[in-house]
This record gives sequence, C-alpha cells and structure tokens, in this order.
Amino acid sequence: MQAILKIISYIGLILTVVPSFLVFSGAIELSFHKTLMLIGTLLWFFTAPFWMNKQKPSESKV
Amino acid sequence: MKKTLASQLDSINEYEREPVPKHQQKGLKSFIGMYAGEHTAGTEFVIGPLFVVHGVSAPDLFLGLLVGNLLAVLSWAFLCAPIAVKVRLTLYYQLEKICGRYLVSGYNIVNALMFCFLAGSMIAVAATAVGIPFNIAMPGLEDLYPTSVGWMVTVFFVGSVITLVAILGYEQISKFANICAPWMILVFVAAAFAVMPQLGITSLESFWNVAQTRIWDGVPVAGFSKFTFWHVTFFAWFANMAMHIGMGDLSILRYARKWQYGFASATGMFIGHVMAWIASGILVAAASGEVTPGPIAYNSAGIAGAICVMIAGWTTANPTIYRAGLAIQSIVPMVKRWKVTMVVGLVTTIAALFPALVMRLLDFVALYGLVLMPMGAIIFIDFYIIPKIGLRSNYAEVAKKSFNVAAGLTWLVTLLLCLSLNFYQGVEIFFLGLPGWFIAATLYIVISKLYQQKEIEQQEVKVSAKSL
Repeated sequence: MQAILKIISYIGLILTVVPSFLVFSGAIELSFHKTLMLIGTLLWFFTAPFWMNKQKPSESKV
Repeated sequence: MKKTLASQLDSINEYEREPVPKHQQKGLKSFIGMYAGEHTAGTEFVIGPLFVVHGVSAPDLFLGLLVGNLLAVLSWAFLCAPIAVKVRLTLYYQLEKICGRYLVSGYNIVNALMFCFLAGSMIAVAATAVGIPFNIAMPGLEDLYPTSVGWMVTVFFVGSVITLVAILGYEQISKFANICAPWMILVFVAAAFAVMPQLGITSLESFWNVAQTRIWDGVPVAGFSKFTFWHVTFFAWFANMAMHIGMGDLSILRYARKWQYGFASATGMFIGHVMAWIASGILVAAASGEVTPGPIAYNSAGIAGAICVMIAGWTTANPTIYRAGLAIQSIVPMVKRWKVTMVVGLVTTIAALFPALVMRLLDFVALYGLVLMPMGAIIFIDFYIIPKIGLRSNYAEVAKKSFNVAAGLTWLVTLLLCLSLNFYQGVEIFFLGLPGWFIAATLYIVISKLYQQKEIEQQEVKVSAKSL
C-alpha cells in the first residue's frame, strides 16, 4: 500500500515540475501547465503525509 | 474535553532547561527537511524582487549569492553546530548560565520581539496568497498600515492556523516542513521556467543575455539605492546571522546527533535562498514589476503557485514563532510553553497586519541579525577562549550572579559602536555584522578579565576579613 502511495506522490512531483519545462520548450501552453501543476500538488499533499515521517521502529531506540 | 487537551499539551516536553537526551536526538534527514523548508520561505518572494528593485547586476547577483551563502553554511557548521551538540541546551538556557537571569531576560524580550516581527512578515506574505480567491485588496509596497478589513481578517485567519501548529511543538513543525519542502522547491523552479518564454528566454544560451538586460539590468528603481556584489554577499551571509553567528540555532541543532549536521543548512542556503531569490526575481520581471508575492506566483503557477506562497510563509513562520515561544518561556519557566506560544502567536499576528514589515524587509533582516549577534560572539568566546585564559565559563552560574556585567557591557557597547559607525561613518547596516563580531569578542575578553579578577579580589578580601 505504502509503495503505491509513494508512486502516486512522485507522479505528483513530476506533474508539478515537468510541465514548466514543456512550456519552456514551447510544447504546451502556460494555462495547461497551471492545471497540471495543481493536479500534481493535490496528488502530493493527499499521499505524502501517509508515508513521509514514518519512523522505523529501530530508529526510535537509538 | 478542554482539560484533556490542556493536559496533553502540558505533556509535550521540549527540554527547555535540560540537555536533550540521546534517545531524542534526530538524524540528518530531519535537519535537511527543516532547513530546506525554513529557507524556502514566503519572504524569498520579497527578497528576490527587492534585489531587482535595488538594481543589482546579474554577475553581481550570481557571484554574491554563491559567496555569501557559502559563508553562511560555514558559519552554521563551524560556529553554531559544534557548541550545540556539546552543550545540547537551548540558546536561552545557555545564555542564562553565562549572562545571568536578569540580563538574559532583557535579551529574550528583544529576541522574542524580533522573532515576532519576522514571523509577522511571513504571515503577511502568506496572506497575500490566501486573499486571492476572495479578491481582497492587497497592500502595495508603499503601504505602511492595514489597508482593508478583508486584509485584516485574512491575516488573523492565517496567523491563527500557524500559531496552532507552532503550539504542537518541534516534532510537528519538522514533520510539516518535511512534507512541504520537496514540493515547494519544485514550484519555485517550475514557476520561473514557465515564464521564461515571456521574457524572451527560449534556450539556456539566451538566459544570460536576458538576465543582464531584462531582469537584473543593474539599474535601481527611482528612490532606491544601488546594490553591488558586496551588498548581495553580506546580505546573503548575514540574512540569518541571528541563527548561525548569533547562535539562535543552538535551540534546533541541540537535537543533532553530530555537529556535521550543521552542513544541512546548505539545503536552505543553496536550494532555498539562491534558487528562490533568482526564481522570484525572474517572476517579478515577467509580471512587469509587480512585486506582491501572492499575485506574482499565481500569474506564473496558478493556484499551485498561490498555495506555495501560503505554505512557504507558513513553514518559516512556524519555527520562528516556536523560537519566540522558547525565548519568552525561559523568562517565565513556570508557564507552559504552549500557553506562551499562543500569546506570541497573537502578538505576531497583530504585527503582520502592518505591511511596513514586508516593505522594509531587507533593512529589518539586517538589523535583527545585528542586534542579536553580540550574544553569539559572547557564547563563542565563553566556550572556546575564556577557559584558556584562566577565566571561568558560565560565569553567572558559577558565581551565582543574576547579571554578568561583562556580557551586558559587551552587548550594549558593541551595538552603540555599530550604531555610531552607521550614523557617523555612513557604513550601511548590511556591513556592520562583521566588524561588530570582532568588537564584541574583544570587548568580552577584556571586560571579563577585569570583571572576574575584581570579583575574585573582593571575595578574597571577604574571606581574610572573616578569618581575622
């Protein structure tokens, strides 16, 4: 489950940054980049909190 | 229900008056996330544009940022972190041992006020983004006072949420910063890349030419002074002077397992400051000189950009309010930290209502570092030099003094000398930190020598009088 969440999170980050390079290269419009960026943002914030900051059991005893 | 919440908050132990125990020490990842999040802040959306307004040229900006931020990382790693991991105490408790309770109380009030104003500017920046969907009239850079009821309501809402998170303590702040940092950094990069074609940048080769002619063209806006390589270097180095040279991050780095974690500040300086100041400069040029953070991010990255400004302000304001809470809590140790943080959050939110905080940000940041810097020099000298010249470290604690005159005089005289350099010699505030540190260090050694010797002689007289 956590692996799936991680994959979705990383897709979110890719959608946040890659469209801007496509605008830079002239492949897509600025407005489409904004929409993709918002989708990426939502994917990140709805999935990352479930796997980030989860301490390994051994770590808490160090 | 209310009682349960209060008792839960009471149980959050932040080790305000004891060394951080080994099992509570944190790994490198916590600090990388914390620094990257804290220094990719809402205020970067103000600092980057202000460099453009002050007419920095492109070569001066890039070289100045490189040198200045490198010096900042070295200051964290070699000045602050080694002491933090050896004593593992908050800045305030360490200072109390050196300076005595009365002097440190005065320092803490000044410190907490500075933190409140700084966090206030971050809340104001976040509010410029929150207000966008409600069409709230944003204050312009020329505004000093609150401009509308809508603005005030927005600031109060943002301030309340940020204070609530700060009340929950370092653990919660660190977790929140960890989640936000990678996304936030990518939004800064993406926003800048997306507007480059509007400025005529279509390839990496054309970037430098456009940067020199359309973004950092070296011409200041009318009414603003001209900034050079030295301004950028010293601003970048001393923007967080209170944290590294001023030892403010003793409170944070005391949780580090190793002193080398001080180098984690590089994520904040190079991914945060360098990248964010460059990106926000590009956004200003693309927005034809518009400098209000929320709208310029919204123009280039849409809703995600506005959320980024809001969260960037949030992740920086959180640890700043937390630090201010610690400062005040050390004056009133019997009051629980969460209650103190709540009051600090309220003061900060009131300060955030005034846009003047944002407009005068460069000067304020430099002043804030300068005012707190002498105490950092005192801690450094007290830790490394004082024992080597036959004097006593932590003198107030050892001699049971409430006011260490040597430390008090050092702080006061250093600030007076820096002030006179500014008024009578015309030395700009950005350049005062470096000579100020050496003035403070020298004064503390000389005055401690005289003061501690005098105290010992007086004690000897008392002892011989008793024996007679």
